[in-house]
Amino acid sequence: MRRFWVASCLFAFLACGGGDGDSGGSSGAAAAAPLGNSSITGVISFAGSVPTNPAIDMAEEPDCAVKHSDGPTDPIVVVTDGKLANVFIRIVGGLPDGPYPEPSEAAAIDQNGCLYSPRVVGVMVGQTLEITNSDPLLHNIKAVPTENRGFNISQPRAGMTSPRTFNTPEIMIPLECNVHGWMNAYVGVVEHSYFATSAVDGSFTIGGLPAGTYQVAVWHETLGTQSGDVTVEADGSATLNFTFGG
Amino acid sequence: MSWILPPGASTFAGDIDFLYYVILVITGIAFVVVEVGLLVFAIKYRARPGRKAQYIQGSIKAEIIWTAVPAVTLVIIGLMSGGVWNHIKGRNSIPPNAIPYEVHVKQFEWNFTYRGPDGQLGTADDFTLRNQLHIPVNRPVELQLIAEDVIHSFFVPAFRVKQDAVPGMDINVWFEATEVGEYEIACAELCGLGHYRMRARVIVHSAEDYQQWLSDRSAAADEE
Amino acid sequence: MATSAVSLEPAAHTEAHELSFLRKYIFSTDHKIIGIQFLLMSFVFLLFGGLMAMMMRWQLGFPDRPLPAGQLLPETMAPGGILLPEFYNSLVTMHGTIMVFFAIMPLLVGVFGNFLIPLKIGAPDMAFPRLNMASFWVAFSAGILMMAGFFVEGGHAAAGWTAYAPLSADPEWTGVSGGQQIWLLSIAILGLASIMGALNYITTVVNLRAPGMTWFRMPLSIWSLFITAILVLLAIPILSGAAIMLFFDQTIGTHFFDWTDGGQVILWQHLFWYFGHPEVYILILPAMGMVSDIIANGSRKPVFGYHSMVFALISIAFLGWVVWGHHMFQSGMNPTLGMTFMISTMIIAVPSAIKVFNWMGTMWRGNIRFHVPMLHAVGFVAMFVIGGLSGIFMASTPVDIYIHDTYFIVAHIHYVLFGGSLFAIFAAVTYWYPKMFGRMMNSTLGKIHFWLTFLFYNLTFFPMHDLGIAGHMRRIYDPSQYEFLQPLAPLNRFITVSALLLFTVQILFAVNFVMSWFNGKKAPENPWDANGLEWTVPSPPPHGNFAKVPTVYRGPYEYSSPLVEDDFLPQTRKLASDVDPAAAGL
Ligand SMILES: [Cu+2]
Ligand SMILES: [Cu+2]
Repeated sequence: MRRFWVASCLFAFLACGGGDGDSGGSSGAAAAAPLGNSSITGVISFAGSVPTNPAIDMAEEPDCAVKHSDGPTDPIVVVTDGKLANVFIRIVGGLPDGPYPEPSEAAAIDQNGCLYSPRVVGVMVGQTLEITNSDPLLHNIKAVPTENRGFNISQPRAGMTSPRTFNTPEIMIPLECNVHGWMNAYVGVVEHSYFATSAVDGSFTIGGLPAGTYQVAVWHETLGTQSGDVTVEADGSATLNFTFGG
Repeated sequence: MSWILPPGASTFAGDIDFLYYVILVITGIAFVVVEVGLLVFAIKYRARPGRKAQYIQGSIKAEIIWTAVPAVTLVIIGLMSGGVWNHIKGRNSIPPNAIPYEVHVKQFEWNFTYRGPDGQLGTADDFTLRNQLHIPVNRPVELQLIAEDVIHSFFVPAFRVKQDAVPGMDINVWFEATEVGEYEIACAELCGLGHYRMRARVIVHSAEDYQQWLSDRSAAADEE
Repeated sequence: MATSAVSLEPAAHTEAHELSFLRKYIFSTDHKIIGIQFLLMSFVFLLFGGLMAMMMRWQLGFPDRPLPAGQLLPETMAPGGILLPEFYNSLVTMHGTIMVFFAIMPLLVGVFGNFLIPLKIGAPDMAFPRLNMASFWVAFSAGILMMAGFFVEGGHAAAGWTAYAPLSADPEWTGVSGGQQIWLLSIAILGLASIMGALNYITTVVNLRAPGMTWFRMPLSIWSLFITAILVLLAIPILSGAAIMLFFDQTIGTHFFDWTDGGQVILWQHLFWYFGHPEVYILILPAMGMVSDIIANGSRKPVFGYHSMVFALISIAFLGWVVWGHHMFQSGMNPTLGMTFMISTMIIAVPSAIKVFNWMGTMWRGNIRFHVPMLHAVGFVAMFVIGGLSGIFMASTPVDIYIHDTYFIVAHIHYVLFGGSLFAIFAAVTYWYPKMFGRMMNSTLGKIHFWLTFLFYNLTFFPMHDLGIAGHMRRIYDPSQYEFLQPLAPLNRFITVSALLLFTVQILFAVNFVMSWFNGKKAPENPWDANGLEWTVPSPPPHGNFAKVPTVYRGPYEYSSPLVEDDFLPQTRKLASDVDPAAAGL
């Protein structure tokens, strides 16, 4: 429907470009101090037999292929010693009303060796996501959101950076490169900054929380979603682990 | 600057290049006649004081000549072209012994699907390579172009072959390479911001090398 | 028959009631002012289109070097001054769009259709002056809207001026949504303006001819504008309809061109080129007509084979409707259709050949005055020939397999539209400038401009044939990506430098145009010793044009007639042997 409105605007000769006003990174509320000093930590495990990731045919992109010494594979399910990486963890319930403190730095995603790194990244609504190209060749970055405004931009040279922001919470926005059909990444857009992505060792930490009981949801691109509850004391730390089955 | 076509490496090159040179000679003659004529007239009939132009309104004879000569020439070019066109793109032009490939064309990749050892497309032993087309020399091949998003155009300059891949249409194009070697494939139809880099390679093997490559490849595919 | 009941009485205008500045120069209903408005508007768009071409040429010649002053462009177009591929595609699209729809077409049809038709047929104004004014302002609005597309999020339309679906139909494939919609709306609005203009021209030519101005006493410029108007009236609605269908696909979810949901991708191409090929003739016929007038004047001779020139125009207008498929030989269209379109295309080349030989015949045994308009007119013939001959290569379907979508096509279209139409426009502007503005343009500056333009034009576009023959694809952002194109880099740089020089020497024309307006020598009534009706009235002609309805005694090309001492014989001059047209039943 939004497209229709764009069109209707045009009928009135209005160049109503950035109608959504999505240029600002700061939403006006002063970068508030953390709401607390508690944190949730945990580890994402993987049980069962680990699926093999498909090999990538990078023969026609020698500049990328050299960056993968033992043959590039598509890192869909990354399991190391039974621990699962690239899981997106966020708080979905139990938080006090905002405004929430904003991350002080921009989130970043790099294109290196014709793969996205990291593959899964979270941003707060309005926070800048810096998309960088470290390869000496063309990548295009196409975002296909359902709630936010999509884009399709290109980075023909190494060293280019394009900042982008999102205005509406959305789990997850897929990014793709159409020059390299295997390149996929996922951006989680959350209304607050209480989210994390599991590291190679499966670990994650969400800090700066006030005391309380929280519902936590986790997401993986092929293994689905799970959720759990956890209570933290003031200035304390609580543990919440998840396990995805094979 | 050169009006010579680059070397061709398919069976089409002979016919197309011949037609091209025929047209080049004919248009070259017309070009010289007109340009030299204009230049001569411009100098010879430039205004000089006391002279008056000759009052001529036209000549039926001249009109007939310069209607008929271009018309006949053009129709002859048309008829010569028609035969070659039918041979290359005609409905039934694809030789029965052509090796079929499925080509899934998308922004901005050419994905070539090969029939596996069973010699059949659409079976489990098919395998797909990105931006690489391996073919044997002196054997017709048939590409089934399947566009998945927008219009692209399969273009191999050395083979003098170009065919749009159109979403929703089944389009087959064939050719027969005559020289072993590597050639570039380009996308010739504007297809988006990566259009300029939608390139791939054809690798033309000798018949034996092709068989060798195919069985190596299938063995590798089995291991995976 | 030539005069009719709707004829506007010149007397009604001679009352000369003072009009406000606004009514006189802005919302004017005077066909001459409207013509000049179109002229100024089209020149601005010509400049924009040229600037876009320069940016593209820079990218092609120097792919990794920042564009001079490119830092002024926003990050979404050229970060660090180096163009982005998506912006390059917008430039490709908008250069074509602006040049075809907002520069060449209004220059030929809007400017000279308006300015010349009433003056040359002896009418006080157009048949529908208010419709005429509306036509300009609608076209102007469409132009503003078209430029606005550069400022919307996602950038301007990037699917080529031909806007092939599905690339143009779904923002998913380009990242462009608002820009493409603006493009479609602007094209549909411009179509409205063209239709209004065409209706007006046809009605005026049919109804408002002066006594004695029979069909076969009309100058070829008027014949060509008349036939062009018919083509516009028939062709533009098809484009508008197609644009609206595509707009609906984009906005309200119809699926005319959506192959996944019952639509047909190739339908767009049929609709577009069914309009598009007549459009090619819309862009060249008026040029041919005006050049015919100027060559006869310059050669001081009648147009050779006037009647066959008229029949050639008419046959082009008919055949122009059955050749559109030659744009689609490689589109997957049924190959048998390819044969049909090849033959019709070969045949349509014949009337063009006839015209070229007739122009040469006109110069033959003439007494040629090389005034600036004549230089440009002969330049037109010399360049149009190349565009016509190169067309034969692509008309031959097998050769087209190789050169389709390469720079050979780019060379061809520029030999027709720049070497052809634009040289004719230079010829026409310099020829009728005295009548438009009452001043003469500087002839020395004009000649320098012609020769430098002619030189750099050929240095720019002739080598593009060679790029095409080497297989260089068109609409390519960075040719260095292909190994087989890398050896062409020096040629690409050469073309870029030539193009920059070609662009630069147009300053001479701009300076001449503007300076002469203020400081030019006062123009006499008939500076070129020409025969047409427009040269019998003051320069510039008053509102209402003719103090009394002129009477026409002969055709427009009676140069060097043995009947008189002078080497010209105006259409309105009554000789002792001439009979009053009313008495002759004309
Ligand atoms: Cu990529
Ligand atoms: Cu493509």
